[in-house]
Amino acid sequence: MHDGGKIMGGLAVFFALLLFPVWNNLAQGKADYRPNPQILPKGNCVESREYMLSSHMDLLNTWRDQVVRQDKRIYVSTLDGKEHLMSLSKTCLGCHTNKAEFCDQCHTYMNVAPYCWDCHVDPQANK
Amino acid sequence: MSFNRRDFLKLTGLGAVSAVAARAAAAFPFFGGAPGAVKAETNAKTAKRWAMVVDLTKCKENCTDCIDACHTTHNVPDFGDDKRHEVKWIWKEPYKQSFPDQENEFLKDDLSERRVLVFCNHCQNPPCTRVCPTRATWKRPEDGIVMMDWHRCIGCRYCMAACPYGSRSFNWLDPRPHIKTITPDYPTRTRGVVEKCNFCDSRLAQGQMPACVEACKDRALIFGDLEAPDSPVRQILRERFSIRRKPELGTQPQVYYVV
Repeated sequence: MHDGGKIMGGLAVFFALLLFPVWNNLAQGKADYRPNPQILPKGNCVESREYMLSSHMDLLNTWRDQVVRQDKRIYVSTLDGKEHLMSLSKTCLGCHTNKAEFCDQCHTYMNVAPYCWDCHVDPQANK
Repeated sequence: MSFNRRDFLKLTGLGAVSAVAARAAAAFPFFGGAPGAVKAETNAKTAKRWAMVVDLTKCKENCTDCIDACHTTHNVPDFGDDKRHEVKWIWKEPYKQSFPDQENEFLKDDLSERRVLVFCNHCQNPPCTRVCPTRATWKRPEDGIVMMDWHRCIGCRYCMAACPYGSRSFNWLDPRPHIKTITPDYPTRTRGVVEKCNFCDSRLAQGQMPACVEACKDRALIFGDLEAPDSPVRQILRERFSIRRKPELGTQPQVYYVV
């Protein structure tokens, strides 16, 4: 047990390096960072805020399949019965015009990379 | 009746598994879908069987209005002279390659020497849809359009091997840098996806004619419903002699050529 000091010291250095991202963020005051998507319009979205927050990906999957595979292009909201064109670049980005400050905020924070934009065009980025 | 240690372990195990499964199913609603109803657009153009007639007596050989309109509308990339990466929706092919089954050795000069406008034939019996392992391409039962779902295409290129007309192209490279002006209303494609003419299904859904038909100043492209006896396509097929590409294969192309 003569090397106890070295072992403990080595372990301390090891964990300090291992946990560098954690204490570095704490030290820089970034630990309580929250994504802040810019929801520009004041009115209603196609469904309730809670539904869109939790399940917009399910909605978009349904829209995709209905438009491409069933040739159905109109969505009737359960919120107010309004009809919306099922289109990512026209309807969604028509209101939430800034993809970088809307979609990307949470997606980057959550480290999800939906491949919508490999093909669908962000009209803003195109200008 | 005895309840031994073995039965006890089985039951508790089963209980634990089903509890975890129920939690997992609630946490990840994979089959959630959207709550609202969906319906078709009211002003959409509909037909029982869409078809195109190309009037070669009117089509000007050096005019590319329809090709330009199509490629702009659908964000079709242009790879210049690089034939390995070429993406084709609507293009021109020499007559003898368009109609290799027309075996007459001697033909009218203006036919045998000319190039013919070709695109997806939207066959009634399409070989491409039969071979697709993911059902990314299929024939719409409502109107006969051979559709593609680029979300679902895995890029295996079976459909390209099956198509006897070379109507399908593969994206070997990211097409975006090769699109002159991107039309934001229509998606581009991505690397590893097959694409082709879709008879402008999204324009038809909005009540518009296909982009190529609208662009043709010489009215050489006639689009309509083959099942409607009074449709413009049926009228011209009644009055004029027409041929189709490789009819002997039994694919039943829905694109007719007036020669």
